[in-house]
Parts: sequence; C-alpha cells; structure tokens
Amino acid sequence: MSRLLKFGLLVFAAMALVACSSTPDDEGAPVDERTVAAGGGAGSGADTGGIGGTGVSGTEADGRGNELKDPANILSRRSVFFAFDSYVVEDQYRPIVEAHARYLVGRPDARMMVQGHTDERGTHEYNIALGQRRADAVKRMMVLLGAKEAQIETVSFGKESPRNPGNDEMAWAENRRADIVYAGE
Amino acid sequence: MKHRGFLRWASGIILISTALMMPLGARAQLTIEIIGGAGAALPISIVPFVGEANFPLGISGVVGGDLTRSGRFRQIDGANIVPRPSTAEEVNISIFRARGADAVVVGSMQPLADGKVEVRFALVDAVKQQTLTNMVYTVTQAQFRATAHRIADVIYEKLTGELGIFSTRIAYITQQGKQYQLQIADADGDNPQTIVTSKDSLISPRFSPDGSRIAYVSFENRKPVVYVQSLLDGKRQAIANFRGSNSAPAWSPDGTQLAVTLSRDGGSQLFLIAATGGQPRRLMSSPGIDTEAAFMPDGESLLFSSDRGGSPQIYRLWIADGRVERVTVEGSYNVSPQPLPDGKGFVFVRRDSGRMQIATMDFQTRQVLALTPGPMDESPAIAPNGRYVLYAGQSGGRSVLAAVSIDGAIRQRIGALAQQVREPSWGPLQ
Repeated sequence: MSRLLKFGLLVFAAMALVACSSTPDDEGAPVDERTVAAGGGAGSGADTGGIGGTGVSGTEADGRGNELKDPANILSRRSVFFAFDSYVVEDQYRPIVEAHARYLVGRPDARMMVQGHTDERGTHEYNIALGQRRADAVKRMMVLLGAKEAQIETVSFGKESPRNPGNDEMAWAENRRADIVYAGE
Repeated sequence: MKHRGFLRWASGIILISTALMMPLGARAQLTIEIIGGAGAALPISIVPFVGEANFPLGISGVVGGDLTRSGRFRQIDGANIVPRPSTAEEVNISIFRARGADAVVVGSMQPLADGKVEVRFALVDAVKQQTLTNMVYTVTQAQFRATAHRIADVIYEKLTGELGIFSTRIAYITQQGKQYQLQIADADGDNPQTIVTSKDSLISPRFSPDGSRIAYVSFENRKPVVYVQSLLDGKRQAIANFRGSNSAPAWSPDGTQLAVTLSRDGGSQLFLIAATGGQPRRLMSSPGIDTEAAFMPDGESLLFSSDRGGSPQIYRLWIADGRVERVTVEGSYNVSPQPLPDGKGFVFVRRDSGRMQIATMDFQTRQVLALTPGPMDESPAIAPNGRYVLYAGQSGGRSVLAAVSIDGAIRQRIGALAQQVREPSWGPLQ
C-alpha cells in the first residue's frame, strides 16, 4: 500500500513537472473546487499531490531520460495503435513493446503507466472499459517478456483524450492506441 | 410545429472562496427548440399576474415557459383582457373558451411590509367550469423563479396526473477548449453553478438519491478516479482511487453505497463501495467487461453492460444470489442502461450500423422503442417522474443536450453557443 502510494506520488509529482515545463505560464492547480480550497486535502494524499502543481524539480538528473527520449532510440516510441474493435498488439508494434519490456526488466525500480484510448464511437463509460483492455493487452505482453506486474499500472482514458479531434477514420485510427508513460516523466 | 424559446445560460455563477480565484465565464445562451408533439398539447391560458409589472422578474412567464417546454401544453394568449382577472372568481370563462383555452391560470403579486411578496395563483378548468386549485406563497424576490417552478409543478400535476419536474435540477459537463466544468442548473437550464473546474475531462455525474451529493469521474490525476462531492459545502472525497481505472459510479437507492467499475484486480469489473469510501466489495467475476451499473429502484438488482456474450449487451444482476440474466438480445451494441422510476423498463443506448440512438425497453414485453434518430446520442438521464429523458447528442459537430419524452413523441434540442455540453444527470424531486 505504501509502495503504491509512493508510486502514485512519484507519478503525480512527475505530472506536475511535465505540466510546469510544457506550459510555463500556466499557474495554479488544474482543478478548482468551489469552497474547497483547503478541503482539497479531504481526499487521499495522492490526490492533492496531483493537483498541487508545486512540482519537485530535477528528478531526471540520473540521465535515464535521455535514453527514453532520444528520437533514435526505440524507447522514445510510446504509442501502440489498434484496429477498430481490436485489442491485439499488431506485429508492427511488437518491437516497441519488447524494447520497453527489456527496459523494465533491466531496471526493476522503473515504473510505468500504460494509458489506453479509444476512438469516439461508443459511449464515454463503455469506452473506458475498452481502452482499459488495450492497456491491459500491452501490459500482458510486457509481463510475458519478464517485466514485473507491479512495474506497470494500466489505466484508461476511453475517448476523453483524443490525439486527433477529427471525426473521420484517420482521426479514429490515431486515437485507438495505448500510450506508455514512465514515472518521472 | 416548432416553438422557439430562449433561456439565459449565464455561466460562472460561483461562490467566491478566499483561497481560489474562479474565472467568470463568458455569458452563453441555450436555445430550446421543441420538435413535434404540440398537436396533443392542452391549450392553457396564463394571464399575466396582477402586480407582476412592479418586479424586474415576473412569475407567469416562467410558468408558461415550463409548461410549454414540457410539450404537454400550448399557450393561448391571456393578455389584453380588461379588467384583468387575478382570482378564480374573476375569470370570465366564456372569454377564454372563445379563445380556445381548456384551462386558465390567474394570479397576483402583492408586496408585504417586511419586503417579502405574497404570490397567489388559481387554476381554473374552463371546460368543467371549476376551480382546480388556489394557492398562496410568501417569498422573497430571490425565490420568484423557484416559486414559478413550484406553480408549474402544481399545474402540471393537476392537469396531467403526473408529477411535475420543473423544480428539479440537472447536472452536466461543459467543455470550452481545454476547460471542463461540472455544472448544476435548474431543470430549465437557468441558474447554472459551476462546482468543479478541470483541465482534464470529467464524466458520469450522478446525483445522490436525496440530491445532496454528486458522484462523478475526474481525469485530473491522469487516470479516472471516482469522487463524491457535497452540494452543500463543496467538500469532496475520492471514494474510488485504486490502482488502474475507477469509473461508472451508480448510487444505491438508499444513498449509502455506490456501484463502481474498477480495474484494480484486472479487467473492468463491478464493485460496491460505501458512499464514504473504504474497501470495495466485488459483485461478481466475469471474463469480459462489466461496467455502467445502474440500480433498479428497489435496490435488489442492477442493470449493467457486459461483453461476456461476445458483444456489448445489457444484463441484470440480482445482488442477493448473484443470478445474472441477459436483458437485451437484438443488435450488437446495447449499453448505458438507466432503469425507469417504476421499474418496469429502462432507457439505454443502442448502436446500429454506426448510429447511436436512445431507446427504451419494457421488461415484460421485451419491446424496444427507439426514442431518438441519432447518429451520436448517448448518456441518457431520466426525469424523476419517468416522463422525459435528457441525453447528449451532436449538432453542428458539437455535443449538445437534448430531451425526449418517454414515448419519443416530443423532442427538444438544447443548443449551446461556443461550448460543448454533455453527460447529463437529472436530480431527484425536491
């Protein structure tokens, strides 16, 4: 439990960091609740960590970010795309999944989230479940390749975070995917 | 036959908290357009209340708007009658019969010494020539709109025999660019209040059975988490924030627990969790997706979506013995079940040849009736009297709210300017 919480905090601190660096003029918490200023802490500590926005800095000083972000390295490729109504990792994306699995095997402390996404067809909630299945498919493959269960958390965004906001087949194809995000990114 | 009315949809009416700076949103407007159904509407004449002109906001106009939007009434001009009647005794029925009215509403607004206002109204059945009701309210000016909705509820109930829903509230999600808001408004869209603002998506708002709390799913922590927020003080709690995805909250009828979909043990599976949080209890195990639970009114069973049979279909689970029965049999995509208040059927979303429609199904006859044409209709929310379904549809590439009567006869488009509106929930009777 405490390890889970720690991972959660790490991820959220990382999110805050990402948010800060990508939108430097963006201040304040991403979420405002009416009359809840201090009451934001009413949830678990991990939540307020996520919405606090006062991020830790310099967590990537160990240099491993380079390997994960070097465009020449396959580890910089983070998306696995799926056919309509499919949860099968296609052959063309296997090398990406395998590379990330090797990375996890070589670094038992590394943690990642696999985020599943769907196209806009279907309801909000049912698509959460479909996206979850895509994320789970990627995780299952990584675990088969030796990554540890605890290293990978699978979550789903359903149709809530389309990469392409369009309404045609091209947009849908871009949105049916699973994204790999490391803790500390 | 088309009727066009306008609603003020001022956004961003917010309580100021000392620590939070809340942005005041731009004023937007919703247009409600009734499509069809007016042929069967009861002709009613609502005479402007005597004394009404002394106040910036009247009452008779709001009453008329409520009744007209219900699709069950059409207004017969009641103005320009001299002298203007304000009580049942003063109504000259032959004048109204000549204009074609079956019912007449008259009233008055009288300022009192303490600053309050005495509002009186009477409802007269012009056909049977009898007074159906006489009521008096002592209210502040801030309560005018609420009073008008109460009066509309009384009139609706007297003349249709069904409960009025004009005093209820609705919740929905707005999106403007990357700003998402959970808003709560009166059933006519007025008086919107923002209770959550986020840069990430919000979905699945659900009023608690007593209307004091609202459950919803927020992606603010880069994953779906279920929150329960008090509408009294704005405090909230993450009641399901487990490893993996947490979504699809559904209140039990007694408001003590929620069914949620969690992926923490693998897959998407149904759990029960206390409304105050704690350890979830798994409802059942299936090899496929189980999600979108909704309690039947008696709390003994719930409907849910599952693809255990190959395609997404609606099933019913009896909680006591774990018995499961498949409910929908036709089509390849039937999801988002919402039981009707009388428990005799449910509303759901069906997808047929890529077209998503709102439909109803009766448990007894197994008859399916499509209520909307689609093509992208979802998120049905049933009025507490069971007569209307609010849902999200598409118009001009944007998500808009719409409402349809439970027989599909009356449909209203609710168009919003400059923002997307979706994921409605309908609050309980007040």
